[in-house]
Amino acid sequence: MTKILEPWPWYVSGPLIALTMAILILMGKRFGMSSNLRTLCSIGGAGKLADFFRFDWKAQRWNLLVAVGVFVGGFIAQNFLSPNDAVAISENTIAKLNTLGFEDGGQAYMPQALFENQVFSNPKNLVLLILGGFLVGFGARYAGGCTSGHAISGLSNLQLPSLIAVIGFFVGGLLMVHVIFPILF
Amino acid sequence: MKSVLYLLIGTFFGIVLFKSEAASWFRIYEMFQFDSFHMYGIIGSALALGILFTQLTKRKGLKSFYGEKIVIADKDKSFYRYAIGGVCFGLGWALAGACPGPMYVLIGAGYVPIIIVLASATIGTLVYGILKDKLPH
Repeated sequence: MTKILEPWPWYVSGPLIALTMAILILMGKRFGMSSNLRTLCSIGGAGKLADFFRFDWKAQRWNLLVAVGVFVGGFIAQNFLSPNDAVAISENTIAKLNTLGFEDGGQAYMPQALFENQVFSNPKNLVLLILGGFLVGFGARYAGGCTSGHAISGLSNLQLPSLIAVIGFFVGGLLMVHVIFPILF
Repeated sequence: MKSVLYLLIGTFFGIVLFKSEAASWFRIYEMFQFDSFHMYGIIGSALALGILFTQLTKRKGLKSFYGEKIVIADKDKSFYRYAIGGVCFGLGWALAGACPGPMYVLIGAGYVPIIIVLASATIGTLVYGILKDKLPH
């Protein structure tokens, strides 16, 4: 039981992610988190703005239920399964974060400056969250999938398009962290 | 009944994402710094088993729990949409430190500002849908 309350190692977590995908495929569905955002747009009436949102969103209800479950899972994991949620990142990373001005590396799950309520009184960081979210939503749909849809499902199906997308994910991520972060923070 | 099953699968996946720390902004930053094997281990082991499962399913022509033939569609062939869309996604992934799955997890975990990230991700999706025909694919 105490093992469950500690952070889960990669060799437990990775196979459990594969299991999630396998169960969904065996239920006749597919594993993809970002398509829910398109469904949300359709429910909100975006069909009036673009054909892209004119589809039978009720057929995607199952995936919204999965997303609601993921939300519940986050609640359970944080409140009942994590007596200590500090993420033990490497000393190197902690040092690099310090030079950027993030002082809680290794002591928390998320950096306070961006993800605690104090961000609401910091216009710059608030803009960064908005920008980051926008790029994730825009990019995921443009590329036709996110980490679950391309990096896990698509590559598992040996799809060249998914390989291109995942290389793109890393090019973007490396550019952000190594070139843009030193300018932003 | 099926609805409850989807909720449970999601709940399981949400717990895995949180406990694996794949939902942590710090882990994503560390991954792009190549300072730890953790995230590569998660994605790599998920992928190794995923390939095994998917290829077996296709070759054996497995049926779903409900007796239907399982069809795993190929992605449309193209370069630009995957390359440009992928880079946009990667920029956002590193900045917000969360892809869509972890966003739902983190809202559940009580990180209120993630609601802003999820809302702007939805707007990003909306803008893509509107501009779709004008973008190179």
